[in-house]
Amino acid sequence: MISVDISLRRGDFALDAAFETPSNGVTAIYGRSGSGKTTIINAVAGLVRPERGRISIAGSVLFDRDAGIDLPIAKRRLGYVFQEGRLFPHMSVERNLLYGRRSGADQHPTLAETVELLGLSSLLTRRPSSLSGGERQRVAIGRALLANPHILLMDEPLASLDSARRAEILPYLASLRRALDISVVYVSHQMDEVIRLADTMVLVEAGKVAACGSVEALTSRFDLAPLTAERDAGAVLACTVSEHDTRFGLTRLSFSGGSLWVGALDLAVGDRVRVRIGARDIALALTPPSGISMLNVIETTVTEIGAGQSSQVDVGLMAGDTALWARLTRRSVSELAITPGMKVHALVKSVSIAGPARGARLEAI
Amino acid sequence: MPSLTPVEIDALLLSLRVGFWSVLICLPLGLLTAIVLARCSFPGKWLLDGIVHLPLVLPPVVIGYVLLVTLGRRGVLGGWLYETFEITLAFTWKGAAVAAAVMALPLTVRAIRLSLEQMDRGLEAAARTLGAGDLRVFLTITLPLCLPGLLTGAILAFARSLGEFGATITFVSNIPGETQTLPLALFAETQVPGDATPAIRLTVIAVVVALSALVASEFLARRVANRLGSGSASPS
Repeated sequence: MISVDISLRRGDFALDAAFETPSNGVTAIYGRSGSGKTTIINAVAGLVRPERGRISIAGSVLFDRDAGIDLPIAKRRLGYVFQEGRLFPHMSVERNLLYGRRSGADQHPTLAETVELLGLSSLLTRRPSSLSGGERQRVAIGRALLANPHILLMDEPLASLDSARRAEILPYLASLRRALDISVVYVSHQMDEVIRLADTMVLVEAGKVAACGSVEALTSRFDLAPLTAERDAGAVLACTVSEHDTRFGLTRLSFSGGSLWVGALDLAVGDRVRVRIGARDIALALTPPSGISMLNVIETTVTEIGAGQSSQVDVGLMAGDTALWARLTRRSVSELAITPGMKVHALVKSVSIAGPARGARLEAI
Repeated sequence: MPSLTPVEIDALLLSLRVGFWSVLICLPLGLLTAIVLARCSFPGKWLLDGIVHLPLVLPPVVIGYVLLVTLGRRGVLGGWLYETFEITLAFTWKGAAVAAAVMALPLTVRAIRLSLEQMDRGLEAAARTLGAGDLRVFLTITLPLCLPGLLTGAILAFARSLGEFGATITFVSNIPGETQTLPLALFAETQVPGDATPAIRLTVIAVVVALSALVASEFLARRVANRLGSGSASPS
């Protein structure tokens, strides 16, 4: 368990953050820039000292103001990947990678494994100044991993990169998650990164933790939509690959409460994958539709109907334990007389595969 | 090329020796002072800053006289040095090196301090997150990254020491073979009426030494800049 409960003040900015997340898996700290995300992980790393509170990871206390505990940075054993990489300019890539290596037998991952995982073999003898932004971040990630940390802290490691470089690194981050049994705290203001990489999400707004929970749970909450829905709202579903239809090139993903057909995925049956269904990509029908081209029709129950006087209304749906989210015109809601508790059929127009496999958007199947 | 006279050889070797020892005194002292001035904050910091910079603004003769009073045989520090270590500074080449070092220190401090202040302190924090303690951070990150400043500081100190005159002549006098560096030898020659050749020869020697030092420093500065990557060249 990662447990943080701290306060600090910096000029006009006040941070007052408390949350607990499981210490295995990836925790995303998500919020707008200036909301205090980086300050939180800097406090965890020991780079800033809170004025009040306590920080502990898996039972070991890193900071406790009342007990007078403030572990030095070097003793916290936390890998930190900085937004701007911070490679040592006077050392080769290899020496950068080995800087934090600890003496001792139990070294996991090894240099060879890290080089392999992050694709660094051709860079080892080079100087940081000759690397591209994406290469620098990969080296920075490798360097943090080789220090054999208990936790990896990442402060928007992709923020300084353009979208092509981001796309280059994301698969490495996703593979990191699968290959290494290491817990990661990932600061980001990009929802697509969070959905792709994180299990748990801590929503930070103006120096306070607005909510903390699984990515699926938080993205389906209406009240958090102003924070979680950047451009368009949508629900995130945890799915399992259940079958492949080689004849038509399709893959069936099942989730609690139903299943979805998507274009063939290069995954084995039983693999877990996370998909996102935009609220605009769901249409509702009161009776089981027939004679339509859509393959994905899910039986759901209406849970809530969003307020608002605009032409569009959000409708919360539940299929088994899975929350979905549909955005309809207010007129449709009124004409179909949709009310909470009603059984409706959700017609899914498109699904995007958010990870960990790939970020392709699969249109209308 | 006519060979050098014994007096010229003495003056040249002495100048180089004084310059060398002056740099050796200046670097650690300058580094320490620069770190204190760049990284620490404490009441009375302005006073330390002022004292270190005094040799830049005071007439060198004043510094020489202060050295004579404090470090001479009968001075507080000088007497102690003589009784404890049997070291005599006044009227010896060691004293000339000390006088040159005191005059050069502010230049060294300024160069190193600039380098420290321009350094990305995030790199030190990054090293700490990788498990490095204070000493390791200093030796592997701080020191190599302020190498351009150390180099500039050393070159400035060496150049300043080669040219030192006022404080030296006041503190250690002008003794051929002991404290008569190139500028002092030249000064002695200009005091003798008649043939100008010895003075001209000394001038040429001084120019050659200074030029060689400049070329060597430029070469070193380039190598250091290359090592640190194109992004961080020498601050001078």
